[in-house]
Formats: sequence, C-alpha cells, structure tokens
Amino acid sequence: MSDVFVSGLGAISPAGWGFSALCDAVERNEPVPARDCPRPGWEKPLRTRVVPPPPAHPSFLNHPRLRRASVIAQHTVAAAQEALGAGGVPGRLGIVVSMLAGVINYSRRFYEEVLRDPATASPVLFPETVYNAPASHLAACLGAKGLSYTLVGDDGMFLQSLALAAQWLAGGEVDTCVVIGAEELDWMPADAVRLFCHGEIHGSGAGAVCLTAKAHGAIARLAAVTDSFSFTQRQSRSEAARRVRSQLPAGAPGELLCASARNLPRRDAAENAAWADWSGARLAPTFVLGEAFAASAAWQCVTACEAIRRGRFAAVNVSVVGASQQAIGARFVKPGL
Amino acid sequence: MKFPPPQRPGRSSPSRVVVTGTGVITALGCGWDSNAEGFRAGGTAFRPVTLFDVSRQRAKTAAEVDLPAGLPPARLPAKVARRLGRAARMLLWAAHQAWSQAGWQAHDNLPVVLGSTGGEMSYGEDYFRHAVSKPRSQRGQPTRVVRYQLQRQGLDLCDALDFHGPVTVISNACASGSNAIGHAFQLVRAGGAEKVFAGGYDALCHLTFAGFDSLQALSPTSCRPFDAARDGLLLGEGAAMLALEAFDHARARGADILGEIIGYGAATDIHHLTQPHPEGEAALAAMTAACAQARVTPEQVDYINAHGTGTPQNDVTEAAAINRWAGPRVAGLRVSSTKAGIGHLLGGAGAVEAVVCLMALRGQWLPPQRLPGAPDPACRFGIVREPVDAKIEIALSNSFGFGGANASLLFRRWR
Repeated sequence: MSDVFVSGLGAISPAGWGFSALCDAVERNEPVPARDCPRPGWEKPLRTRVVPPPPAHPSFLNHPRLRRASVIAQHTVAAAQEALGAGGVPGRLGIVVSMLAGVINYSRRFYEEVLRDPATASPVLFPETVYNAPASHLAACLGAKGLSYTLVGDDGMFLQSLALAAQWLAGGEVDTCVVIGAEELDWMPADAVRLFCHGEIHGSGAGAVCLTAKAHGAIARLAAVTDSFSFTQRQSRSEAARRVRSQLPAGAPGELLCASARNLPRRDAAENAAWADWSGARLAPTFVLGEAFAASAAWQCVTACEAIRRGRFAAVNVSVVGASQQAIGARFVKPGL
Repeated sequence: MKFPPPQRPGRSSPSRVVVTGTGVITALGCGWDSNAEGFRAGGTAFRPVTLFDVSRQRAKTAAEVDLPAGLPPARLPAKVARRLGRAARMLLWAAHQAWSQAGWQAHDNLPVVLGSTGGEMSYGEDYFRHAVSKPRSQRGQPTRVVRYQLQRQGLDLCDALDFHGPVTVISNACASGSNAIGHAFQLVRAGGAEKVFAGGYDALCHLTFAGFDSLQALSPTSCRPFDAARDGLLLGEGAAMLALEAFDHARARGADILGEIIGYGAATDIHHLTQPHPEGEAALAAMTAACAQARVTPEQVDYINAHGTGTPQNDVTEAAAINRWAGPRVAGLRVSSTKAGIGHLLGGAGAVEAVVCLMALRGQWLPPQRLPGAPDPACRFGIVREPVDAKIEIALSNSFGFGGANASLLFRRWR
C-alpha cells in the first residue's frame, strides 16, 4: 500500500468562499451568525447558517453545464476547483462526492409541481434532482471521464469517500482524486434536523480534499481512515464511537482532535465519552458552521489539514459521529512523519 | 481499518471473486426460481400503475412488484418492521434469499454496498405533503425523515440479518446497482474484505415516475428495446442482492459457487446530464475496462445483457458502443434487454441484471426480450427474441445512467 497525500483543499461554507475563511472562523471558535429561513405554515422562521454570496462572479459559473445547476452543484464545483488549484486536472482524475439530502431544493420544487399537476411538471428540474448531478457537472467542468461515484449517507460518508479515493489511488485506477462533501440549504432538512435535536442549526456548503500518491508539495499525509462503525441494534452510537477511538492513536502532546461536536450535550454525548481521555487541543467546525452532514465532515478534514499546513500541529485525529448512520475517524499527519 | 487496508499474509495476487448467494425480487416474482422461469421465457409483467395516481401522466403502466405478505425471517422489532416501506421490504426479501443461499452467519464488520437512486422516496414525499398540509403537526414526521434516507435501508438489512458492518450507498443514477457490485468486487479482489454483501434496489414512487414522464422518456405504448419503432422506457421496481466472496474463502468453507465476477469497468460520459454521447464513448470505455481487467476479449463474450432502456437515444448509442467494442465479433454476438420484461429498475437494474446473467450462465440459456418490430438498423448484433438454450461461458452486463454514469460487469460460468 503506497502513501496517500493531501495536495489541495477547498471549502465553501457559511464562513465564506475559500478554505482560509473556513479555517479562520473555526480557529476563532465563534459560531457564524444564523439567518432566518422561512418555512410554510409558520410565522417563526427556522435559523440556518447560509453561504454568503461570493465576492465576485465565479468564472466557473460560465460553464454551460452550470446554467441551471443547483446550488449544491455550484458549491461542489467551487470547492473542488479550489482543491485542485490552478494547475488543471493532473492525469486521470477520480471524483467522489458525498451527501445526505442531496439536491433537495430542486427535488422539492419538482415535487411541488407534480402535486399541482404532473402533466405540466418541468422536465428541466427533474434531471437536476438526481444525487449524482453535482458530480456529473463537476466532471463536465473538469473534463474528467474516469471514475466518479456519489455516495449517500450521513456525515461519516465523507470519510468513507476518502477511503474509497485512497483505494482507487492504491489500485492505480486514478492519479488524483478529488473528494467532496456537500449539502445545500432548504427548509426541509433544516426543519428535519430540528425534529431530532433542538438547538441544531442547519448549515450548507461544501468541502473538498484532493488526494494523490505524490508526496511533492503535499499539505498532509492521510495516515488512516478507521472502519465505519454503523449504528445498529447490535452496536450503539456510543459503542461505535468507542471503536473509532480505539483504532486511532492515543495522541501525543501537541496533537489536535478535530471533532464533530455541536456543543449540544445530547448530540455530543457518544463522541465526548469516547474521547474523554484526550488531553490535546480540540476544534469543532460544525459548532461554528452548522450541521451540514457530509459537508461538515469535509470541513473537519479541511480544518485538520490546514492546521498541519499552518504548522500548528504535526498530527490531527478527525472524529465523526454521524447524524444517523455511523461513527468513523481519520488521521492526517505532516508529510514525512 | 478502511485505510490502510489490512495486509493478508501470503496474498500476492488479486483474489478471484465468486458469488455464493443471490436474492432477487421483481415484477416477475420473488426468488430465483420464479424469476429464472420468467426471464428464460421472456415474460413481461407490466400493468396499470396502482401505487399512485397516473391519470394526468402520458404513461400509465409500470412493472409493479407483488410484495409477499409479511417479511422474511428478520430480527427486527415489530414497530420497525411495521414501518418498513416498499423499498426496504424488497431489499430485505432479496437479502434474505442471498444470505440463506450463501449460508452466511451473523458477522461483525461485513461490508454492505448498495446502489439506489431514491431509497424510500415515498416517505420523503409523505414528509413534504405533511409538512405543507399540516405544518403544526409533527406526528409521524421523525419516522418519515429516518425512513426516507438511503442508508436506513442498509442499516435495516444489518439489523434484520443480525450483523453489522460499514454501509456504503452509491447513487450513480441508473448505474448504481452495477457500481455497487463493481465496488464490492474491487474490495474483495484487492483484499480489503473477504466477503461483501452487495446489490441494488428501488421502489416505484410518484416523483420519479412523473420525472421520467415529464422528460417524455416513458413509453405510452410498450417497452421494446432496440426496436426501430421504440418510443421509450417503462419503469419497474425490485431488488437484488449478491453474496460476494474471495474464492479461497468460499472454497475453504465448501460453499456452492453460482458464478464468478471477472471484470468491472466504469467511466463518465460528460456529453450531457441526461443524453449519452452519440457514439457511446463512455459505454465503450466501461466495456473495454471490464474486459481489460478480466483479460477477456470481445470474442470470448457470449452474451450481453444490455442497458437497453427502450428510449430512442439510449439504444442507438449503446448499439454504437457495442458495435465498436465487438469489432468483427459483433455479428455473432447475442444481446437482449430484460427491461423489456420488468421495466427499468433504476438503482436496482444493474443488480437484478447481474443475477439474470448468473442465471443464464448457470442454466445455459439466453433471456429473450420482446421485439415486435424490426430491430434498429444500428444493431449489428443479434437480439435474442425467443427462448433458447445456449452454451455460454462469459456474460457482460451494461448499466448507464443520468449524469453520465456508465458501468459494465463481466461474469463467468462456474463449473
């Protein structure tokens, strides 16, 4: 098994466009202000964390494929392009996009039209509703004709995606792989997260990590992705979190834990218990940016790698105890370690 | 660890990957026997849609599954079992058959790889309708949220069969099922796992039906892939699961082997979100990659279970790709699309069609398809129109989807 390195990062988040804005906000550890999101039948709006408008019109939006593309597709492309950098597509590129709710805005709009009258429902909206539409648009923008998967699941699916990309790299199926976690804002998921945990604030955006087998110019090395421990009748959320903890190194002084905590005691209990012995520093991007499922986990990994690049830490453990499916972890280290 | 994967001592070359269990449920029936009989005879199972109102749609038929009453033996609490939707129920039936046939036991860390495009979409539809019609009532809404999510059906499967492992759901549109089996195949082949439970499923739902109808992709007449006068696809529903194992592992435990997966190829068509490249570039790339991995030439492939949706664009494109891929071999190649009998199962299509290939290889017959008119002139290969016994050693299954997802799987007869 050859080494796998992180060669680029990208992020679109409620903190702004670009991974630097994300990491600066996470380091400040102050939640990004929430905004109102109206929902039908309620005077009181939902509170959500929204991606601000880009500072300038992004040039990638001029691509014909993105004329009607969803917000999640736009954020996917933006994050991936930032991670890939200005050098274009290096060799055979693989794409893995992970998400939970997917293209929920267009899906809801299309279904509204179906309920009004299926005979006149828009054929323009429907193709954009499929889960892999963002990955398809990204592939078209990049001219990437190789492997492209869209994985659907909770927050932890982003880390499964990293492992998949590493598998493709190890098997020589791709030279580079860009891994994206993305979610978009809509009142439906914002309303849904509130059903399970009061105080949870829905966020939106995307995060991207570019992986390669080349050490040259690497930001970090992907040292490990733990097994994914599903929440089942036989395995509780707490047990799953504990098993993730047991597969990651104990941690030396000066290491960072990038956790999935939200500062919501009930939601965080399993992860907090699993990592109770951790004495090093901790960061929790989701607390700052909102619950954006796969995008949240992507932001954790982006934060971890940027912390290594900035020289703050030599190694970072990432812990993801997901919303509804799995606990999984990863470890990034400084290249050369 | 998922990465780096565990090193298996003494393992120097890729593992051979065999199938030791299958489960299938389609509109033709529930289980191997009823489906094999139906596919072998070229049966069709379309009927007027009853699951939702189609009075305002162009198309009014689909291949609905007659779900068996109750569930297969499952370790699910009664409350959970009651709440399972159509997709989960079909998946559990298929999974139970495959699990039983493989003779697998409760297991820790058995990977599950599933393909689906909508999961339990009807629960999502219910959630939306409830949220807008009774916004102040949350009754039943948490259940709808939980049940709607694609990964939930995978977790249900783990609970029902009393095992746990990582659940991975690939949603690459209509190629999802093939991608799931392909990914599972790669996992076993590379030594990342000795066994993987893989398959695909999708249930009919109003949103998807209306979506294909809005695109005028659904046939208002009948599904007849590769017919010169074809006018669209028809939707179906169903599920299939495959128990994949490293050959050494299967042999060591004396498992009955149903067939071997020998190649997988996937490629992305960037031509258009819904329309394939006219020359089928990505389809050609996927078939070529699968053959390269298997070290098989087109001359060695006896049968292709085509994606063959019955839409004007898909079939002519797939025909072009098959023609180019097969070269001089094309005239002797036999091809059919079983979607003519059970419709397009979307995320379930690739998995069900994989089982059809295994049935054909094991039974030494070719599944015919309905082709009432003349074949499209683009088809330079032979289309299987009548039930026929045949000596086949290698079969290829194609699955193509929205977003340019293209996947091909190669199967070899086991004897």
